[in-house]
Amino acid sequence: MSTSSDERKLLPTGHERIDHLEMRGIVKRFPGVLAVDHVDFDVRAGEVHALLGENGAGKSTLMKILYGLYQANEGEIYLNRRKVTIKSPSDAIALGIGMIHQHFMLVPSLTVAENVALGLKSSREPLLDLDVVSARIEQLARTYGLQVDPSRPVWQLAVGERQRVEIIKALYRGAALLILDEPTAVLTPQEVDDLFATLRQMVQDGHALIFISHKLHEVLAISQRITVLRDGRVVGSVPTAQATKAELARMMVGREVLLTYDVPPVEPGPVRLKISGLRASSDRGTEALRGIDLEVRAGEILGLAGVSGNGQRELAEVIFGLRPATAGSVLLDGQDITGKSPAELNRLGMSYIPEERMLDGVIRDFTVAENLMLQEHAQRPYSYHIFLNPRAIAQRCANLIRNFNIRTPNQETPIKSLSGGNIQKLVLARELAREPSVLIAAQPTRGVDIGATEYIHQRLLEQRARGTATLLISEDLDEILALADRIAVIYEGEIVGVVDRAQAQVETLGLMMAGVRHETAAG
Amino acid sequence: MIGDLITASVLASGIRLATPYLYAALGETFGQRSGVLNLGVEGVMLMGAFTSLWAVHEFTPAGATGYDAGALAMGVLVAILVGLIMGLATAVINVTLQAEQGISGIGIYLFGLGMSDLLFQKVFGGNVVTVNGFPKVYLPVLSDIPVLGEIFFRQNLLVYFAFALVPVTWFVLNKTTLGLKIRAVGQNPEAADAMGISVARVRYFTVTLGGVLASLAGASLSISLVNVFQQNMTAGQGFIAVALVYFGSWRARGVMFGALLFSLVNALQLQVRTKGIDVPDEYAAMAPYVLTIIALVFASQRIDQPAALTKPFERGE
Ligand SMILES: Nc1ncnc2c1ncn2[C@@H]1O[C@H](COP(=O)(O)OP(=O)(O)OP(=O)(O)O)[C@@H](O)[C@H]1O
Ligand SMILES: [Mg+2]
Repeated sequence: MSTSSDERKLLPTGHERIDHLEMRGIVKRFPGVLAVDHVDFDVRAGEVHALLGENGAGKSTLMKILYGLYQANEGEIYLNRRKVTIKSPSDAIALGIGMIHQHFMLVPSLTVAENVALGLKSSREPLLDLDVVSARIEQLARTYGLQVDPSRPVWQLAVGERQRVEIIKALYRGAALLILDEPTAVLTPQEVDDLFATLRQMVQDGHALIFISHKLHEVLAISQRITVLRDGRVVGSVPTAQATKAELARMMVGREVLLTYDVPPVEPGPVRLKISGLRASSDRGTEALRGIDLEVRAGEILGLAGVSGNGQRELAEVIFGLRPATAGSVLLDGQDITGKSPAELNRLGMSYIPEERMLDGVIRDFTVAENLMLQEHAQRPYSYHIFLNPRAIAQRCANLIRNFNIRTPNQETPIKSLSGGNIQKLVLARELAREPSVLIAAQPTRGVDIGATEYIHQRLLEQRARGTATLLISEDLDEILALADRIAVIYEGEIVGVVDRAQAQVETLGLMMAGVRHETAAG
Repeated sequence: MIGDLITASVLASGIRLATPYLYAALGETFGQRSGVLNLGVEGVMLMGAFTSLWAVHEFTPAGATGYDAGALAMGVLVAILVGLIMGLATAVINVTLQAEQGISGIGIYLFGLGMSDLLFQKVFGGNVVTVNGFPKVYLPVLSDIPVLGEIFFRQNLLVYFAFALVPVTWFVLNKTTLGLKIRAVGQNPEAADAMGISVARVRYFTVTLGGVLASLAGASLSISLVNVFQQNMTAGQGFIAVALVYFGSWRARGVMFGALLFSLVNALQLQVRTKGIDVPDEYAAMAPYVLTIIALVFASQRIDQPAALTKPFERGE
């Protein structure tokens, strides 16, 4: 097989296509881990090849090797059957490879156009040509349905828009092959649909796409082929048409995975958390919460559904003392806790799993053990007077690491070298293990693999049986329907309705999430 | 009484005194915008001050009475060269060796302090040497404007050049591809790296440029403002320059206002002392510093603060 170079096939963006890209026998070792173990992987123009695997399976590492961020210890890369070496991202970009990273790679203080222009040759070198760049962005935006305003600074954009900027950045550089590392983890279902429309358009135009996600239904919807990694090795590669969720889950985890749960009835106890007339402002100074009333009882999971950006984050932050309330109150077991500090709330038995766990949940330069012990280190048996008790600490950390299946070489590994999903798991382990009396969990399974999702869901149900009052904030309706006793829907800072799970229907919830009021069954 | 103090000549001297701050702080602005805090400015200034004075002294023909343009040019050239070397050394330490920037800067400062004095003792035996520094250049027409002419347009070349550097800095940072890279590297080096930019190369450039400008700041003291060299003659001006970058919220214009505020208070305090007004010397001398601290506390514009300031960058391998 050879592709003759005379019949060059061009993408609509005027760049050469990548007909075939192949990674052969790739090995990557980190201190204490074999992250990628003799992996073969390939992708062709006009297809989406999905990459699945548990947290820490090596997906991001493999892709970072392709993008030149990491150097493989062994193995080769062939582009259109020709061997290439990729020593840095600029090599990758020159070959037509683009990557959308698991964490946004944008400069928040710069505008969209500046972010796109960054590192590119200008048409008026050495001066910037942001007008030219903006015009081209708008052209790309039209072709691929990527609505953005080139002159807005990135910090003002919602996550969905930031994702579009990332795609535009890659397309602008003529990416013929685009790697998307968990691009949907932070998107709303509507935004995922829009993204998929863009991706389908790209595939039609002859782009080659690599797509990573933990959500099986997404993978089944968008890809033509699926490769599953486990512990750095390829466990299998199947055409999507022949794949099923259950089988993929088994390949990833190596055992049967429960995709639905029994939720045993629990008689709800007294009201633990009572929120009345709560108001607060957003970071931009607009009103984010406009009079929220909610109650969570002991032994109850209250699901808070809604498209993100409707006040969920602000609500969680106000409850946990991270954001001032402008009006209203929060009561914990009848005691007014409005404006108390997180440390005090921790002591009162409240726990918070933040949505932005990478930023708000860990200290990046600390080790796994230190991060796990952030709160309890000063309590017995973990310390005695001013001395830490290393044995008790090591014991507890070992338990948490095992139970939550956190993939780490050891407890002393700095947390920044864990895979994205494993950092998430660590925060969850720390917060859930405290057996809180009130738990606020924001998007607890975002970015977490299905095995861990199953485990986290079961822990939430266990805590419920033990009498914890849980406020579960999630955009994932399946998750809420699987776990919550009652479901409140938030829209533009107001609760549009509360329904019992028994009466909840996906359609009505969807309408409520779009702001349609539901007056029945409030309580 | 205040009217007696604030005269055109005091204001003119305020403008003049701003030059070392401007050079040093604008250079530091480049470095900080790219994420490198260089606390060694003071040391580089001292080296620039001594070496430029030495060059002017050395290249002035024997028996010359007025200034010598060739010697002055050599002075500036030597200052640039010394700044280049010290700037490169700073870059090696902070970028390649990834030193703790708060500490390495102190090291560079101490080196400059010691080295400049050592050279001073060796070359001039520690004796005060006076040179003919940059002469005033009356700008045609402009210098004849009443009052304003005296304040702004009867300065020397190094003063004019320092103020010209303000819009140039703004322009480079905001209107060029290089400036965009600098800002991106200071805010999010991972993102810049992923876009194929060499974070190290950008930082080498800014830190070296900062070294050159710091050295010129020293030269502007020794061959333009006071025309002598003394041990530790910068007396903390390099540190003030670092503070001015914060004060000016990492923007050229803000840095200039900070420098002017500082130098005007300084000029005023000199005037108070020469007039023998009954304010204890110590208080007058303290005034500019106290003012800086107060201003720093209240200057809270942080939009352009580089998020990666003082953080060395290494690809996460
Ligand atoms: N820079 C690094 N230094 C040390 N170890 C690393 C580094 N990056 C990744 N690892 C390790 O390599 C393994 C694979 O990580 P990788 O990020 O590729 O996982 P992943 O499949 O992308 O997982 P996730 O779904 O959680 O994103 C993990 O065990 C991780 O701890
Ligand atoms: Mg990953």
